[in-house]
Amino acid sequence: MSEAGAGRRAAEIAARTSYGRLVALLAARTRDIAAAEDALAEAFAAALRHWPQRGVPANPDAWLMTAAKRTLLNAARHDSMRAAASGEVERRAIERLTDTEQAMIPDERLKLLFVCAHPAIDAAARTPLMLQTVLGLDAARIGAAFLIAPATMGQRLVRAKAKIRDAGLRFTVPEPEAMPERLGPVLDAVYAAYGAGWDGLGGDDAAVRGLGEEAIFLGRLLTELLPDTPEAKGLLALMLYCEARRDARRDVTGRFVPLADQDARLWSPPMIAEAERLLTAASRAGQFGRYQCEAAIQSVHVQRPIDGSVNHRALLTLYDLLAAHAPTAGVLVARAATLLQAGDPGAALAALEALAAQERVASYQPYWATRAHALRATGATAAARDAFHKAAGLATDPAIRVWLLAEAAGTA
Amino acid sequence: MQYMLLLNETAEEYGRSNDLEQAPLYWGAWNAYIGALREAGVIINGDGLLGPHTATTVRIRDGQRLVQDGPFADTKEQLGGYFVIEVADLDAALEWAARAPCAANGSVEVRPVMPPPPGMAG
Repeated sequence: MSEAGAGRRAAEIAARTSYGRLVALLAARTRDIAAAEDALAEAFAAALRHWPQRGVPANPDAWLMTAAKRTLLNAARHDSMRAAASGEVERRAIERLTDTEQAMIPDERLKLLFVCAHPAIDAAARTPLMLQTVLGLDAARIGAAFLIAPATMGQRLVRAKAKIRDAGLRFTVPEPEAMPERLGPVLDAVYAAYGAGWDGLGGDDAAVRGLGEEAIFLGRLLTELLPDTPEAKGLLALMLYCEARRDARRDVTGRFVPLADQDARLWSPPMIAEAERLLTAASRAGQFGRYQCEAAIQSVHVQRPIDGSVNHRALLTLYDLLAAHAPTAGVLVARAATLLQAGDPGAALAALEALAAQERVASYQPYWATRAHALRATGATAAARDAFHKAAGLATDPAIRVWLLAEAAGTA
Repeated sequence: MQYMLLLNETAEEYGRSNDLEQAPLYWGAWNAYIGALREAGVIINGDGLLGPHTATTVRIRDGQRLVQDGPFADTKEQLGGYFVIEVADLDAALEWAARAPCAANGSVEVRPVMPPPPGMAG
């Protein structure tokens, strides 16, 4: 990244931090996310008009907050559609934003994250809502990452914000006893943002690729706001391990490179080091967590350049642990792939056979790809070729499709 | 904020309310729930309704009055009663909804009560 590029990126991150904090503070007082966003958009526009001439104020956040507050007060005064009583409540809430609060800008983003992933919000709207309210992404960009038309995504976001305002969702960090139930959806929503960025890797759309970084920003924010929560660290570690290998997943011609064949010199050492630190810190709590376990699996993989081989026994133990808690098709297929890589294609095939009865694997690409490799390893070449073709037909990533077809052609 | 808890019961559950053997348990659970709502001072009002077999549905179509025997939709769960409660937010309303005896086999829909339209406040 060039120096100018790095500078712009720093400015973007600063603006993003301000944006999320200001939306969170305003929305936590009024529950009206859309009004807070509109008021801030006006405040940012005013800043672009005034700051170049008068200079950037000493406390830009306080300046933006004052401008946004004025807009909100005017809106509340003129909102004849709303009941007089509730308009008054809102005015008082906005006026209660004291000068001290404006100077300090308390961080209410954690409350906003918990509202976005509230069980009363449509599960499909949670991740988009976080990306928009905390990071300020627009509906078109979010829609592109989730393969949804911008207008549809826009409607979904409008509906979710109306629900939060009109149904009166609570802006609060859950009590410790409610935390296990409430934290999961927050972490899942952040991971879904990462997944959307990851799946989009095949495309040339830079905007889609960028969602990985946004998800990592949210993951980092969660570890800062919830410093004593091991699973938040586990999630950030998992995303960083995956992100560290991003450049190694494609060769110079853009072809897919499976993990076992990746050039470890292309992995990012600082990201791996950060992930290892996070995972070690998380494990001190001694609490099992899905994200910590998945991160630990990635940690085993990145030991390859150090140990010269992959510790399959450790991988199997971790997959068994994960499968005991969450026997999803993804986990069970990955476990079978580990059996295969450990040199036991018979056991891998048996594990896949056990899954075959379930309808959910019939159209699951990794199932067919793993099955194809296992069949080839046992010498069943014709069946292996068929399975490779089936997997290729189910692939959404063009680079993976090409790779699967090449594997099929090479199986004789 | 005020919320209405719409209490939806299954036919089996409704049947228990009239069953000699099961009625004490059925009403015991509801009375305990209503007692807890009262104790917390959150009830604005509320009622139980007679069963769906007593329901009559009226529609006006093309100026014609259409009267039909039965509830407006034939579903597995039917409205059995309601409470309007006054609590701070949806989260608090959901906590009360989860405690309703019918939440365990039927369902409870939670809806904010519409605030008075402009000009009618106070």
